[in-house]
Formats: sequence, structure tokens, C-alpha cells
Amino acid sequence: MSTVAASETKVKNQARQPKKKSPINADKGQRLYYLYLIPGLFLFATVIGGSFFFNTYVGFTKWNGLGSPRWVGLENYIKLMGDNVFWESFLHAFAFIAAMSIIPTFLGVFIASFLFDFVGPRFGNRAASALRAGFYMPQIVPLTITGILWAWLLAPTTGVINNFFISIGLPQFALNWLGEGNLAIISLSVIMVWIQIGYTIVIFMSGLSRLDPSLTEAAQIDGANWMQRFRIIILAQLGPEIGVVLLTTTVAALKVFGPVYVMTGGGPGTATVVPSFFSYFHFFTTTKVGYGAAVATVLSLLLTILAIVILQVQNKQNKAANER
Amino acid sequence: MSSSTVAPTKAPKLRKTSELKPRGFGAWVAFIAVLLVAIGWLFPFWMAVANALKTQEEFIANGPLSFPTQPTLEHLIKFWNDVNFPQKLWNSTWTSLGAAVLTVTLSFLTAYAIGIGKVKGKVWILGFFMVALTLPQEAMIYPMYIAAKSMSLYDNLWVIVIIFGVLQTAFGTYLLSSVLTEFPSEILEAAKIDGANAWRMLTDVVLPILRPTLLVLLTMVFIWNWNEFLIPLVLLPSNDNQTVSLGIAVTTGQWTTEPTARAAAALLGALPSLIFFLVFQRSLMRGVTMGAVK
Repeated sequence: MSTVAASETKVKNQARQPKKKSPINADKGQRLYYLYLIPGLFLFATVIGGSFFFNTYVGFTKWNGLGSPRWVGLENYIKLMGDNVFWESFLHAFAFIAAMSIIPTFLGVFIASFLFDFVGPRFGNRAASALRAGFYMPQIVPLTITGILWAWLLAPTTGVINNFFISIGLPQFALNWLGEGNLAIISLSVIMVWIQIGYTIVIFMSGLSRLDPSLTEAAQIDGANWMQRFRIIILAQLGPEIGVVLLTTTVAALKVFGPVYVMTGGGPGTATVVPSFFSYFHFFTTTKVGYGAAVATVLSLLLTILAIVILQVQNKQNKAANER
Repeated sequence: MSSSTVAPTKAPKLRKTSELKPRGFGAWVAFIAVLLVAIGWLFPFWMAVANALKTQEEFIANGPLSFPTQPTLEHLIKFWNDVNFPQKLWNSTWTSLGAAVLTVTLSFLTAYAIGIGKVKGKVWILGFFMVALTLPQEAMIYPMYIAAKSMSLYDNLWVIVIIFGVLQTAFGTYLLSSVLTEFPSEILEAAKIDGANAWRMLTDVVLPILRPTLLVLLTMVFIWNWNEFLIPLVLLPSNDNQTVSLGIAVTTGQWTTEPTARAAAALLGALPSLIFFLVFQRSLMRGVTMGAVK
């Protein structure tokens, strides 16, 4: 591990020197490298690319999965525009973006800087990493298992949460957490915050570790209090991480499927339907395959736009890093 | 010799403890507060442990919050046998590992061409993988389902190995390319002067140096494969072929009336991942941070 790290820094110093021209037969050697692209690109294009393009085609057809699809042009998309559940599913996706991206990022910055800047220097780095590991634990367990665990914790009569409220004399808070319309999406959101926060803490703590400690020390000597240091130094330093984390977790939020499938099955009614579940539902329950494919295509389009934004942000960051 | 080598290794240790800032009363209060929050974070897991170990009678008498007074492995053993857990563990292990090895191999070859070979159009290839990385699995699953059925790969664990092995290549290539782009060029030049061709350079120069990074990628992709749900859900219908995360999710419905059995299911499902995390924590943390900001 250390050899790679050391060589990485070495290369960075070298990059500023003008590149030397390679030997004469470099051109022929260079072409040889294309061979190494073949296995990866070929398999990716057939397995993933092929599936994706066929799905996009199916989105323009009427098909129940048997026989051959019948071309209907934009019919599925026109229907989608008037389908309330479709719009509702994207509305719920926004709840998931808040729960998986915005809130964990916000809380993660605070907890990470507290662990790094406060706990680490006073109680040792081991204490800080142990606490970090605790917060990270929910990230490591399969989402479906987490779903089963929480569905049971929130169960109306045998569940832990309701038993807790009853035991402290607040039975009015013993609710049907996953079984009532608006409450179900809120419960799911809280669970997603619980899952996601470990990820943001890990990323932000590693971002802080490349922060020059003399900066915060200087600020301290200048009389800046913790809040000021947090705002001026930590937030400014974590800028790149915050941007990337917000974007990548938004992608994850738009794709969420397992927890919804396991905990609520999209219900009660359509109260927790999300785009990916809506698409799955039409593929395998109603077998309106064309319709499901159209939903998946809309979602893909949205995610592709996000991917392009991510690429642009990273390009900008790389440029900024090179200029530094 | 001995005195000069011992001294520098001891010195940083001493410095470290004396470097710790003073912890006043306020610091302790803040520390204990965050410690309690972290313990609270793990409370759901504790509930799974506590109730999986309780007898049915004790659960009825004392509810879920109590500490198990007569711990029993009865529910865990029953669930273990009922869902044939060893079979699911084995299915998850070999498919996740097989797919991860395929991913690392394919990603390494592609990233070698991009990072070391500096092939033309590498920006486009990386952009393509980045876009592919964000696509939802719903936009591929139905064609995969149809294709698997027509190739008699349906309900066959190899289909998972192939699909995940290829699918995660998008991330793997992305990660390894950024590492290989910064590979020290003087090492490559030296190898070239020694007459090494591209393949020799890959096996004898780049691979040994990159091995730690490849292992980080392997552990990360392994755990991702382990946690996957949608594709196994669609392509592996029969009980004997299910993975841990799928098998437990679809069979647990049968135990909804028995909370202790449910806790046992959640605990058994989570346990392999938690053990894996404790063993490979450093690798995973490194992988997570490498993957996010590069």
C-alpha cells in the first residue's frame, strides 16, 4: 500500500516536467495496447450495452414477455405522462434523495469533523476510527437484511419501537410505522439516513485527513472558535468531497429498490412506490413489459444527465488540483 | 545499531501520547455524547442479537427490549436448517468471489490500456463507463431475463457471475485507470529499455506494484456482489440457487408472526457481512474513499 502511495506523490512532482518523447517504435507499441481493451469492452458492450439497448427498444413496444414485441411508438410515454403513480414515484424519489443524499451529507460533515477535529486530537485516532466504524456498520449489511430487521423493529404489535413507547408510557406514539400512507415514506426515509450516514462520514474524514493541520492551528491561535474554524477551513476544504458525495448518493437514491421491495412492497397502496419498483412491478406483476421498460428508460435518462454532471464536476476538480 | 534503530521507532509513539490535547470536563461530555449516539446507531443490531437468543416464552413475557436471561441458539439453528443456510452461504461466496475476480481481471486489462497505454479516446471510454455506472439495473433486467431463459442460464448461478463480473467492470476500470494514469513513468521507461514488451510489463512490472490496489478493488466488489438483490431476485427463482441477501429476504415472510425467528433471520443474514467487515475493514475503507474522490 505504502509503495503505491509513495510512487503516486513522486509522479505528481514529475508531472510538471515536460514529457520525453518515447523511442522510435512507440507508435507500433501504442497500437498494441488496443488489444487490452477488447475483452472488457466486448463483454461490457454485449452483456450490459445489449441489454440496455434492447430495453430501450422494448419501451417503444407493447409486449407481455411472450411472442414478439409490437411497435407502438411513443404510446407508452404518452400514457406515462398521464399516470399519477409514475409522477408519485418520482415524488417519492425526492424523499429518498433527501434521506440518502442531503441529510446524510449535512450530518456527515458535522460528525466527521467532530470525530476528526475534536475526538481525534483529544482521545486518540483509535477512538475516532472506532466510532467511525460504528456509524459505518449499517452500510455493510445487505440492504434487504437491513430491511427485514427494520420491518420487524417497526412492526405494529411485536416491534421494538412500539414496545419501547408503550413501556415509557407514551402509547400514543405506538404507530403503524410502515402501514400508513405518509408515515411509511417517512419511516423509510429515516432508515435510509441511518444507513447512509456512515458512508458520508468515511468520505469526509478521509477528506479532512489531507487537510493541513497547521491551518486549523493557525486559526486557533488567531482566536477563531470551533464554529468559525469549521466554516472557514473545514467546509472550504471539503468542497470537492461534498460535491461528489451529494451527486453519487443522489444517483443511489434514484435507483433505490431493495429496501422498498422488502419493507413495504411499494405500499400501503402506492404510498412508497419509487421509479425502479414501479418499473419492476410492470415487468413482472402486470407484465406490461413495454410500459415498465419505458419507466426504466426515463429513469436512465435522468441518471445519465446526472452522470454527465458528475463528470464535469470531476474534470473541474482535477483541473483545480493540477493548478494547485 | 540496536540503539539507533530502537530510538526512532519509540520516539513517535511517545510524541503521540504527549501530543493529545487536554480533555476537560466539556470534552468528556461531548465525547460521551457522540459515543452514546454511536451505540444508539448499533442498537438495531443489538435488538437482532438479543431477540434471536431469547426463547419464545421469554419474548412473550418480557417483550423485545429485555436482556436475554436464558440465551438459546434454538431459533438460529432452526432458521439455519429451514432455509439451508450453508447452501446460501456457499452460493453467495463463490458467485461473489468469481464475479469479483472476473471484474478485477477485465478492469485491469482495460485500465492498463487506458492508464499505461494511453490509447486514443480514453476520455470517451471512461465517460462511457461513468454513464454505464449510473444506469439503473431495471433498464437491463428484462432483456437479461429473456436472454438467460433462451440460453438456459436461467436459474443458473453462473449467470450471476457473468453479469456482475462484467457490470462492476465499469467501476473497476474507472478506479484502476485513475491509479494507473499516475503510475511512475521512470519505472516503465526502465522496463522498456530492458526490452520488456507490453505483456511482460503488465505481468512483471505493473501487476506486482498494483497488487494492493487490486486487492482493495476485489474486497469492495466482493461485498457489493454479496449485497446485490434485484438481479438475483429475477434470475434465481429456485431455493437451492438463492444467495444470502436474496434467500433471507424472500423466505422471511413466512416467519412474520414469530418475532424471535425474524430476529434470528436478520442476525444470520447480517453476520457474514459484519464478520467480513471486521476482517477487511482497512481494505474496505480505503476502497470506499478511493472510489468516491478520484
